[in-house]
Amino acid sequence: MPKDGGIGASSKRREDIRFLTGEGNYTDDINLRGQAYVFFLRSDIAHGVLNSVDTSAAESMPGVVKIFTGADFEAVGSIPCGWQVTDKHGEVMQEPRHPVLAHGKVRHVGEPIAAVVAESLAEARDAAEAIVVDITDLPAVINMKDAVKEGAPKVHDDLTSNLCYDWGFVEENKGAVDKAFEEAHHVTTLELVNNRLVANPMEPRVAVGDYARGTGDHTLYTTSQNPHVIRLLMGAFVLGIPEHKLRVVAPDVGGGFGTKIFHYQEEAFCTFAAKACNRPVKWTSSRSEAFMSDAHGRDHVTKIQMALDKDNNFTALRTDTYANMGAYLSTFAPSVPTWLHGTLMAGNYKTPLIYVNVKAVFTNTVPVDAYRGAGRPEATYQLERLVDKCAHELGVDPIALRRQNFIMEFPYATPVAVEYDTGDYVATMDKLEEIADIAGFAARRKESEAKGKLRGFGVNCYIEACGIAPSNLVGQLGARAGLYESATVRVNATGGLVVMTGSHSHGQGHETAFPQVIAEMIGIPEHMIEIVHGDTANSPMGMGTYGSRSLAVGGSAMVRATEKIIAKAKKIASHLLEASEGDIELKDGAFTVAGTDKSVAWGDVTLAAYVPHNYPLEDIEPGLEETAFYDPSNFTYPSGAYACEVELDPETGQVTIERFSAADDFGNIVNPMIVTGQVHGGLAQGIGQALMENCSYDSDGQLLSASYMDYAMPRASDLPFYTVDHSCQTPCTHNPLGVKGCGEAGAIGSPPAVVNAVLDAMRSGGKDVGHIDMPVTPARVWAAMNS
Amino acid sequence: MYNFDVEKPTSIADAVKALGRDEAQPMSGGQTLIPTLKARLAMPSVLVSLKGIDEMQGVCTDDDGRVCIGGGTVHAAVAREVKDQYPALAGLAARIGDPAVRNRGTIGGSVANNDPSACYPAAVLASAATVVTNKREIAADDYFLGMFATALEEGEIVTEVKFPVPEKAHYEKFIQPASRFPLVAVFVAKFSDGVRVAVTGASENGVFRWTEAEEALSSNFSADAVAGLKIDGSSMISDLHGSGDYRAHLTGIMTKRAVAAIS
Ligand SMILES: Cc1cc2nc3c(=O)[nH]c(=O)nc-3n(C[C@H](O)[C@H](O)[C@H](O)COP(=O)(O)OP(=O)(O)OC[C@H]3O[C@@H](n4cnc5c(N)ncnc54)[C@H](O)[C@@H]3O)c2cc1C
Repeated sequence: MPKDGGIGASSKRREDIRFLTGEGNYTDDINLRGQAYVFFLRSDIAHGVLNSVDTSAAESMPGVVKIFTGADFEAVGSIPCGWQVTDKHGEVMQEPRHPVLAHGKVRHVGEPIAAVVAESLAEARDAAEAIVVDITDLPAVINMKDAVKEGAPKVHDDLTSNLCYDWGFVEENKGAVDKAFEEAHHVTTLELVNNRLVANPMEPRVAVGDYARGTGDHTLYTTSQNPHVIRLLMGAFVLGIPEHKLRVVAPDVGGGFGTKIFHYQEEAFCTFAAKACNRPVKWTSSRSEAFMSDAHGRDHVTKIQMALDKDNNFTALRTDTYANMGAYLSTFAPSVPTWLHGTLMAGNYKTPLIYVNVKAVFTNTVPVDAYRGAGRPEATYQLERLVDKCAHELGVDPIALRRQNFIMEFPYATPVAVEYDTGDYVATMDKLEEIADIAGFAARRKESEAKGKLRGFGVNCYIEACGIAPSNLVGQLGARAGLYESATVRVNATGGLVVMTGSHSHGQGHETAFPQVIAEMIGIPEHMIEIVHGDTANSPMGMGTYGSRSLAVGGSAMVRATEKIIAKAKKIASHLLEASEGDIELKDGAFTVAGTDKSVAWGDVTLAAYVPHNYPLEDIEPGLEETAFYDPSNFTYPSGAYACEVELDPETGQVTIERFSAADDFGNIVNPMIVTGQVHGGLAQGIGQALMENCSYDSDGQLLSASYMDYAMPRASDLPFYTVDHSCQTPCTHNPLGVKGCGEAGAIGSPPAVVNAVLDAMRSGGKDVGHIDMPVTPARVWAAMNS
Repeated sequence: MYNFDVEKPTSIADAVKALGRDEAQPMSGGQTLIPTLKARLAMPSVLVSLKGIDEMQGVCTDDDGRVCIGGGTVHAAVAREVKDQYPALAGLAARIGDPAVRNRGTIGGSVANNDPSACYPAAVLASAATVVTNKREIAADDYFLGMFATALEEGEIVTEVKFPVPEKAHYEKFIQPASRFPLVAVFVAKFSDGVRVAVTGASENGVFRWTEAEEALSSNFSADAVAGLKIDGSSMISDLHGSGDYRAHLTGIMTKRAVAAIS
């Protein structure tokens, strides 16, 4: 019998009532009295010297309030980067200034040059067209390998080159790794591209800045996954506003996928301009602007090699990756190809020696940063493609080769600095073989062939790391922030609870899942618990939601605060029951004296806390409200095994996904339905990357895929009915809920399975091409089949 | 968008008059024009909506048995109303865009626009249809003049398209993965006196007739007849979604499949 509440129940998502009935309150729904609108004039040139920006004609256009250019922001800070990577020589990365509005130079198509604030958006746009911009074109730096050649044009003149950093990990292992390659029985080499993506949340970014002259208080409403982080970055580093004078509100947010983690110029602009114009200033991104101003994802070019001994054991792994940073360093960009990627290169395997090299490169493209999975999909893709290639070169079964090299004992310290606490890779692979019906594949292939189609089967494993932590460690790795989470649990007199969490829900379902945890702990119905998030004015300093950290880190903070609540409530109950505190038990929403039928209800205790007539005032304070900050001692390590079955039309190159099976280990599960939904969404994005999505620039730095006419997003009809299983559960050992995180797994674990399946299908048609780059479009498959 | 006036004539004559105004442009479903206006790529001073003109609406059959579709008829109506008479054409209309597009976009707008990847031009050309305007009747072979180019003159309105109904016909569409317009689509129409094959999505010069395939099929209407035929990819569109050679190859495959579906 499925539970009907608490941990493990598939409680229906309460937030969906407002989302599905149009009652959500998104940033664009916020309209303030006297609000003006900003339109950003953006560069249509990828690289050039910005000689002048003449706003004189535009100033007198109807409705114009004020026009800003780069010169207005000279005294304002640079958009900050939140992570400093130290390279293999011990030097810190090159970190260019990132202006709010372009100054001196333009460095990517879409970079804002001027901003027109006007009474209406149409007037702002009209005036923007009257601004005369004089730019001398410079050669665009697009291809990463060209960008780091001697004499390449520089994106930033004040840096020594376009190389942001050259990272070696673990540098001390390099010699041993190279030696293992010399001694290897077999070496498999693979070169591949992890295609650049545009996140495309359904809701484009929006910012509304407000300023109260009477108090000097600033407010920014913004589409953010982490309002406290924005408050700190923008307040302290860009605009110089102390946190107590700056409130950041991220109300309902319609999807983020990482791209709404970062602090963007438009947020700083609206906050700044609200004061300068003395009225609220609103910006709503158009979809076209989103393509050229939201941080992009992925974009790695990698060479990866595996060394094996004569028994097919993995003996060493080395990689060389070029990671595109774009024109500026977005908030967490430097961490993605390094600490979120290099540390995952062991995957599910006990490869004893690993060396990862990453060259991060500046180019005249939109900044690149975390996108669902962030570094981990890049690691998984190259490793799992490589393992498949090894198997085919050696003529062994890809699943058997994986099983042979699985890590079997936990905790396991990898050679890339992390320690996996738990996992059972055999169990998830067993489960996968069952749900993917591998036994039936041969018959299904026959059916496809009877229709003139090829059928392919591909698998991969994945390991990921969620809830990046602990703070002191990430500090050593270069994070300029802590990575704890906070929660305040406020119990009301009549027994209901409000949880103010630093986690932020932008589709994940926190408003449903978090109450399930507290309902379980106290034994009260979920509807007595409300989740409040997204406003720096009413929740403690928190780091927000990304990296599948909400339940593992934010949920743990909430558990800790609730434990404090329960401890205090027990004291009150012991007073009311005239029993010793140690004898009080909390069960099903009542406090009982152990071994007796004496009990007092939850609501009586909470009432006593706020109406303390019969209350031990000399021992404890009235009220029932507690805050906890939780800083995890380690990452969590979800893992799994995925299988994909494709049909390939050899005449057209069209690939369709016929079956997709996912066996995941997420540790304990609070709401299975929400977890399934998260996996479904992740799979759609992973399959989208593998088959369709491709953010492409031409050699002049023009964005070719700048709208949905050319950027292919997956639709329901492109996706199969998935078989998803999360019954393999090895609980996390170091957080109180034993949970691991499930938000990114689908996007991390699916691309290699798809590509492996496509290559299998091609092989069955007599064509072994070794590798094909994503997205595996019909045109590419056809070209490969006919190469 | 820039500012513009809107006129809503209820007759073709009034529409023509309104189009005489400076910088006037007709608008039907707006499914192409409105995105263009929103991107500020066009700046008409007057939009003349053709939606309220009853004489441009609906489907009928003329004395020659031709299916006559009013220029203002939306794709969804065509999909519904010619299903029995001309199923290949109904099937084409049913697969244009999404329901919103099909319930706003019109055949007149599509044929006037002549997007090199649009569906209708292939049907019009393969069916040897006649494009009727407020001024004249234009044979399909004389109407399509290249990418976004037609025989229409300034202010001329497509009021109707008359389709002879072939013995057999089929439209085979291979979609471009992002826009879901045709990457390459082929309309094959078999008449008693010969076969016509029109290709859209492929050429730099817009929709065209593949005469080699027509000849081969006119003497032997079977998929085998076109299986070995090759078409040159050098003047075909080459972009993010496929090379000219790929489009040339798809032209062959789509033609073969269209024939196979009806032979
Ligand atoms: C999401 C989406 C998907 C689409 N997918 C497809 C597809 O798969 N296949 C396909 O073929 N099309 C597709 N389209 C285009 C669609 O079919 C349009 O409706 C059509 O191309 C234009 O018709 P309209 O009535 O909307 O014309 P409008 O947008 O109103 O006008 C288009 C142009 O034609 C002119 N014009 C309009 N009517 C007339 C007339 N009667 N006489 C003379 N000039 C006129 C206008 O001035 C304008 O220049 C898609 C469109 C969208 C938005």
